[in-house]
Formats: sequence, C-alpha cells, structure tokens
Amino acid sequence: MNFVMPDFYPAAAEIFLLAMACAILLIDLLLPPAQRWVIALLTMTTLVGCAIITFFTIDGQVVLTFSNMYVDDMLGDFLKLLVYLSVAVMLVYSRGYLAVRGLNKSEFYLLVLFATLGMMVMISASHFVSLYLGLELLSLSLYALVALDRDSARATEAAMKYFVLGAMASGLLLYGMSMIYGATGTLEIGGVAQAIYHGVANKTVLIFGLVFLVSGLAFKLGVAPFHMWIPDVYHGAPTPITLFIGSAPKLAAFAMSLRLLVYGLIELAGEWQLMLMMLAVLSIALGNLAAIAQTNLKRMLAYSAISHMGFMLLGLLSGVVGGDRHFALNAYSSAMYYTVSYVLMSLGAFGMILLLSRAGHEAENLDDFKGLNQRSPWFAAVMGIMMFSMAGVPFFIGFWAKFSVLLAVVDTGQVWLAVVAVFFSLIGAYYYLRVVKLMYADAPEDAAPIQGSLDMRLLLSANGLAVVLLGLFPEELMRQCALILLRSL
Amino acid sequence: MIATHLLSLSIWLPIAGAIVVLASASERNPGMARVVALITALLGFLVTLPLYIGFDTSTSAMQFVEQTPWIPQFNINYFLGVDGISVLFVLLNSFITILVVLAGWKVIERKVAQYMAAFLIMSGLMNGIFCALDAALFYVFFEASLIPMYIIIGVWGGPNRVYAAFKFFLYTLAGSLLMLIAMLYLFLQSGGSFNILDWQAQPLDLSTQTLLFFAFLIAFAVKVPMWPVHTWLPDAHVEAPTGGSVVLAAIMLKLGAYGFLRFSLPILPDASHALSGMMIGLSLTAVIYIGFVALVQGDMKKLVAYSSVSHMGFVTLGFFIFNQIGMEGALVQMISHGFVSGAMFLCIGVMYDRMHSRQIADYGGVVNSMPKFAALFLLFSMANAGLPATSGFVGEFMVVLGAVKYNFWTGFAAATTLVVGAAYTLWMYKRVAFGAVSNQHVAKLADLDQREFLILGLLALCVLGMGLYPFPFTDVMHASVDHLLKQVAASKL
Repeated sequence: MNFVMPDFYPAAAEIFLLAMACAILLIDLLLPPAQRWVIALLTMTTLVGCAIITFFTIDGQVVLTFSNMYVDDMLGDFLKLLVYLSVAVMLVYSRGYLAVRGLNKSEFYLLVLFATLGMMVMISASHFVSLYLGLELLSLSLYALVALDRDSARATEAAMKYFVLGAMASGLLLYGMSMIYGATGTLEIGGVAQAIYHGVANKTVLIFGLVFLVSGLAFKLGVAPFHMWIPDVYHGAPTPITLFIGSAPKLAAFAMSLRLLVYGLIELAGEWQLMLMMLAVLSIALGNLAAIAQTNLKRMLAYSAISHMGFMLLGLLSGVVGGDRHFALNAYSSAMYYTVSYVLMSLGAFGMILLLSRAGHEAENLDDFKGLNQRSPWFAAVMGIMMFSMAGVPFFIGFWAKFSVLLAVVDTGQVWLAVVAVFFSLIGAYYYLRVVKLMYADAPEDAAPIQGSLDMRLLLSANGLAVVLLGLFPEELMRQCALILLRSL
Repeated sequence: MIATHLLSLSIWLPIAGAIVVLASASERNPGMARVVALITALLGFLVTLPLYIGFDTSTSAMQFVEQTPWIPQFNINYFLGVDGISVLFVLLNSFITILVVLAGWKVIERKVAQYMAAFLIMSGLMNGIFCALDAALFYVFFEASLIPMYIIIGVWGGPNRVYAAFKFFLYTLAGSLLMLIAMLYLFLQSGGSFNILDWQAQPLDLSTQTLLFFAFLIAFAVKVPMWPVHTWLPDAHVEAPTGGSVVLAAIMLKLGAYGFLRFSLPILPDASHALSGMMIGLSLTAVIYIGFVALVQGDMKKLVAYSSVSHMGFVTLGFFIFNQIGMEGALVQMISHGFVSGAMFLCIGVMYDRMHSRQIADYGGVVNSMPKFAALFLLFSMANAGLPATSGFVGEFMVVLGAVKYNFWTGFAAATTLVVGAAYTLWMYKRVAFGAVSNQHVAKLADLDQREFLILGLLALCVLGMGLYPFPFTDVMHASVDHLLKQVAASKL
C-alpha cells in the first residue's frame, strides 16, 4: 500500500479557515477581554480570505481529491461564496445584540467559524464519510451555539432538544448510508451511482437505506414531519443564532440533498421523488397553517421556513419523469434558486428582529412590529419587502423563486401539485400580510427610537434593496444557478 | 428616445415620481409631497396623450411596441404595446390619477407622502398591466398592484379597514395564483413562449381550453367582480379612502374585464363559445340581482359599490354575446363607468369629508346648503342610471342592442337595469339631496370649494362629452374589436 500525497489545492479555502480558526483560538488566550473586537475582526478577515481564495480558484473543472472524498466544482464554489456572505451578514447583524447581552464571547466567533467549515465540507463532500464529518461539525457547533446564553432556560432547553433530535437524525442518516454501502459496496457518491447504474446493487436494501437517508435529510432541512425541532429551536435560541440556523445551513443542506439524491441516487429518482413529494406537500400545508396561529415572530418565521423548504423540495422532485431526465437542469436550478433567495429573505427578516431588539427587550413578538411605519418608514418598508417577498408577490425575488419552482413542477405534468402548492401559499400570504398590517395600520406600542449601528443599518438596507433589485432583474442569478448546475452535474 | 418609449414612460414615470415623493417629503412638510405628486401625475398624463394623438385607428396591430429580453432563461420579454382597446385604459388611468391626487389634497393629513406615493405607484403598475404583451410581465404587474391597494385600504381606510384590506388581497391573490398556473401551462404548451400574441395563435383542444378558461375566469371574475365572487368589493369600497374607492372602481375593476379580452376570448375561443351561456347567466344575475341588492343599501358607498358590480355585469354580458355592437358597448361602458363611478365616489367623499357619515339616513335636503354640489351630483346620478346624453347611456344602450341581436330575452333581461338602476340611484339622490333640510349638520354644510369643483367639473365634462359624442372613443377601438371578434370566431380545434 503506497500513500499518495493528495492534492490540497482544491481545499485551500477550508485549510485556510481551519488554520485561522486555530490561530484565533490561540490569540484569544493572550488577549485581554477588552480587546475582544480583535477576534471579531479576525473572523471577518477569515471569511473575506476564504471568499478570495474560493473566488480566485473557480475554474469550472470538477476536481476530485483526498481519494475521491472531496470534490471541487462550480456548485461548491458558488454555494460556499454564498455561505461566507450570509455568515458575514449574520456577524454584522448580531454584533450589537450580542454585545448588549454580554454574549459577545470568542466562543461565538469560533463556533461560527467551525460551523462554516462544517458547511464547506458538506458542500464539497463526494463521499459519505466526508459528508457526515461536515454535517456533524456543523451540527455540534450549532448545538453549542444555541446554548450560548447558558443562563437562559429556554435556550438550554432548545439546545437539548436540538441535540437529541439532531443526534437521532444523524443516526438515521448514518444507518441509511450503511445500508447503501451494504448494497453497493462503496461509500463514494460517484461509486454508488455507478453501482446502481450497472445493476449490481440489491434494490430492496437500497430502498431501505434510501428511506433512512431521506428521513435524515428531511430532518436537517427541517421539513414536515421531521420539523418538530424547528419552532422550538428558532424560538429558544438567541436571535443571532436563529438567524444563523435559518440562513447558511439551508444552503449546505441543499447541497447535501443534491449530492446524495441527485449525484448518488438518481437511478432511484422514482422512489425518492415520491417521498419528497409527501414531505413537500406536508411541509407546505403544515408550515403555512401553523404559522397563522403564532404570535411570536421567530416561531412564525420558523413555520414559514418549513413551508419554504417544502417549496424548495418541489423543485428537487421535478427532475426526472419516468426515466426522462431532460427536466433535471431546470428543476434543480429552480430549487437552488429558491434556496438562495430564501436565505436572502431570511437574513433580512431576522435582521429586522435584531434591529428592533435592544437591551432588555427582545423584539420577537408580532406586537413589537406594531406601528413600525411611524417609528421608521424606511425599515418598515424593508420588513414589508421581506414579507411580501416571502409571500411570493412580485416584484420581489420571492416571486421568481416560486415562479421557477412552479414552472418546473408544471413542466413535469404535475399540475395538481402546483395547485396544492399555490393553495397553501395563498393561506401563507395571510400571516405575512398580518405583519405588514401591524407595521402600517396599527399604532406603535413601543416608541423607542430604532437603535442599531450604522453598518447594520446600511447592510440591512442593502439586503432589502437586493430583494427588490433581484426581483426586478432576476435574470443574472437564475442564469448563474442554471449555468453552475450545468457545469457540475 | 421619448417617442419610442412612451409606454415605458407611462409606467415608470409615476413610479419614479413616487420615489421622489417619498424621498423629498417629510411628515412636517406635507405640502411638498402634494406638489410633487401632482406634478408627477400631470406629467404622467401628458406622456400618455401622444399615445392617443399618434394612434393609428386603421389597424388592429399593436402600436408603440417596445420589446427587450428581460429573463431570457424563460423567454420572458419586456414586451409592451397597446391596441385600440388598451390605449383608452392607459389614458383613463393616467387621467384618474390626477383627480385622485387632487381629491386627497386636503383630506389626507397623515402620512401624506406615503399616500401619494402609493397612488402613483399603483398608477404606474396599472399602466403596466394594460401595456404588457408578455404574460409573465402582465402577471407581475397584475399582482404587484395589490400591494399599494392593500396599504391604501389598510392605512387610510375606515374603521373596519383591516378586514377589508385582507379580504381584498386574499380574494384577488386566490384568483391570480390559479391564473399563474394556467400561464405556466400555456408557456409549456406553446413551446416556451410567454408572448400573448403567440398564445392567441396556439391551437388547443377543447378540454384544455375549458380548464384554462376556468383558471383565467377565477382570476378575472374576482377582479371584475362577477357574481358570486363580488363580496370583497363592497367591503373594500366602504373602508377605502375616497381616492382608493375611485381607483378601485374606475381602474381596478377594469383589469378583470380587460383580462377577458386579452386572454380568455382570443386564446380560448372555443371554450368561450362553449361556456358563453354560463357567462351570460352570471352577468345577468349580476345585472339584475345585484341591482336589487343595491336598492336596499343604507350606506351610499355600498350602494355605489353594488351598482358597480351591476354595471360590470353589463360589461361581461357585452363580451360574451360576441357581436361588434355588444363588445364596443361593453368597452364604452367600461370607460364611462370609470368616469361615472369615480365621480360618484368623489361626490360621496365630498359629503363624507364634511359630515363623516355615509349613511343615507343622515342626509336630506343637501341641495339647500350645497346647490353647486347637488347639481353635479345629480348629473352623475343620472349618468349612473343611464340617462341619454350621458356616457352611461351610450354603453348600456349598445350592450342592450347587442343582446337583443343575440337573443331577445337576454336583451330584455339586460334592459331591466335601466329601470332598476334608475330606481336605486335616483331614490338615493332623492333621499340625500331633496326634501327639507333634515338636521342642523346638513344646514351647516359648505358648498364645493374650487378644488372640488375643478375635479367634479372635469369629470362632468367627460361624462357629458362622451354621452353626446362618443366617436373619439369608439373610433379608436373599432379595428381592434373587429380583429378580436374574428379571433373569437375562428375555432382553434
């Protein structure tokens, strides 16, 4: 057995991030507490550095390295760039909130960096083991982040729930992977696809494994009926962490679904599409119905996240019709576009909660948004944009996301599925409109001026404008999604 | 540059103006917002005038066409153009916007800039709906126009405004979402085109046509509104501020009817024929039944709202009897209804601003204290009842004529509106304006000021002008209506 030196170059960004995280860990030991800001700065620098590395190593080639455990392709590069972006935005949004509550600890930044590393590994995994490693690195960091405010009973409870359920889901995923390994004899995603294609795999065992795999994925995506953790964790976690969970990990979970189901198990599309269909319909129905009953905005957005992920699955399940794969590109790129636009909206909506929160006051109830238009017309407009966009009203990006997914669904001839989806998004429109109504039609209960640092205000404004501009000119992002998938599939 | 982008200007100029209004005006200086809004509205109307002047009435082809790719991935184009049908609504809309800005001049004291901006944005979006020749573009404008209206009703509306705003938004959204699916289906059927003109040439079998017809029907019927999905309209009208009611009645209701002309009839001609009996039945129900409902209303705004439903029933009736005079009558009726219902809501607004009541019972003898107002109100009431020499008569008469041609009893049933309509409008007028002064509030009413007189006077001119000499309107639409009827007559099977 001879050892071949792997090619480290495709994983340069990950290696850089890991090195920086270790360095920050050491620097933190030497820093007096008053100079915590250095850590924040270094974290931001790390993300920028990663972005530079990833951006300048985009070459459109699919490169496998580390004994085929790791893949560097356009899809990975694109999603990683978006992950850096949304993590950076999260850091800017949450700085003030954390500082006021004494949560501005170095652990926060380190855990965020490790979670980012986990997401990057997930996005680039081409092997069950590396995928699992990335997933666990992300999940463990998130469990700890949820419990960041250790004196809060609610946060600790949420972390506990998240951990127990998350561990079980990881178990399901692992069990599914082992079944598939049993049937195909390989852990490489590409190898699995080959084995199934050549018909050497035992179909029964495969399907059995597939069910576990899809269940695990569904948990990580947070779709019904594996959604139980979402409302509690979103509600219980400190808002910056909710923002974090609600944004970048969705991109990673999307990548994971794509790698496992499309790259690995496309031959079984008939089976997993049916499962995804059930998950999607249930999520859209349950998410939208349950969100109506919520009075807490974080909980409402949690249920909305469930329904959005269900909608995303609609794109993912429209790729193959009776063995015909010519729909695949449109379908998967619509799902990707949906995920990206959802992350953008989610950042903005949670960002607004952070903006309105201040010392001793969490602006997480719907009533906290009452009369926002009188307190700050501009930020009321930003929140209004987010809500209308999530409801899928043009000219906002959320409309085009729904549009492209619905087009993919109708393309496969499943018109009824599209009708179900729009029926529940109609119901969903109600609770988004309610937020708009509170902001515009009601009198404020809380007349405190809007605080929040200048950079946060600017970034949040840019976030709102991005949702509008990408809604007015959706072409570029849509085309990029399609192009990237074309080069990576 | 300007000459080739007139339609774009008519859409984006008001929207750009709205942004200026929002940016320039503060809560302490609302005068600025009013002035900028008025200038924008005037400019917006000005850029639509060349559309009428330069319009070639001899052709049914689309004019002032602008086409650039917007989302090439889905073959969606920024494709604008007007024919003899839509050009009139662009003009009407831009004209009404001026009146709406004027009408809200003094009454609106809270968040003036946002109020004006909402109306300007809506004006631009509605021009977009009438100009769009790409279905995706149409849909985007169609749905986006819900947002400003939702906010107008929800913020500046009456006591029950939140309920009305939700009802308005969700009702309309429910309809349009199904239309979206129908559009996506047509996109795939036509081999990847959102071009409405391509769709009109696309062969489709009858069962497909029927399903698509119903999908479009729900969207447009809610918007028109047709019986039995009209129930959102009285609520929305009663709660909306005067300007909101005017735009709603004068323009927004026309969107649904316009949708029938642009989508249902030319794209689905066989289904339109097959289901014309049902459509005529629904239209006549609206005309007669809703006419009686209007009769018993105690709230003036509600009464006019129901009368709008009844009048719009005339419009859909005119479409589905498939003859030239009926169709042109329906179009004339749409424009006339834009003037008349707008004027009626403005009149009610004038009284409401002084008395803060819309109940007929609170009035009586208004003519004694407000003679100028009473005279104009009488004119509009007569027009609403379809008195000859007013615009209301022309459209109704043409539709009745067309209906008689189609089937005598249909025409007969439609003609009852002339009786019922006269009954509810004139009875209302009598109770409000005539008789002895009923209470001291009425006695203290001040007559129209110059601004109000200007608004109502302009509308009165339109109503009379169109009633006496409707040819400037009918000449423009002639060729297009002809072409449309040919499209409906040609089977796609």
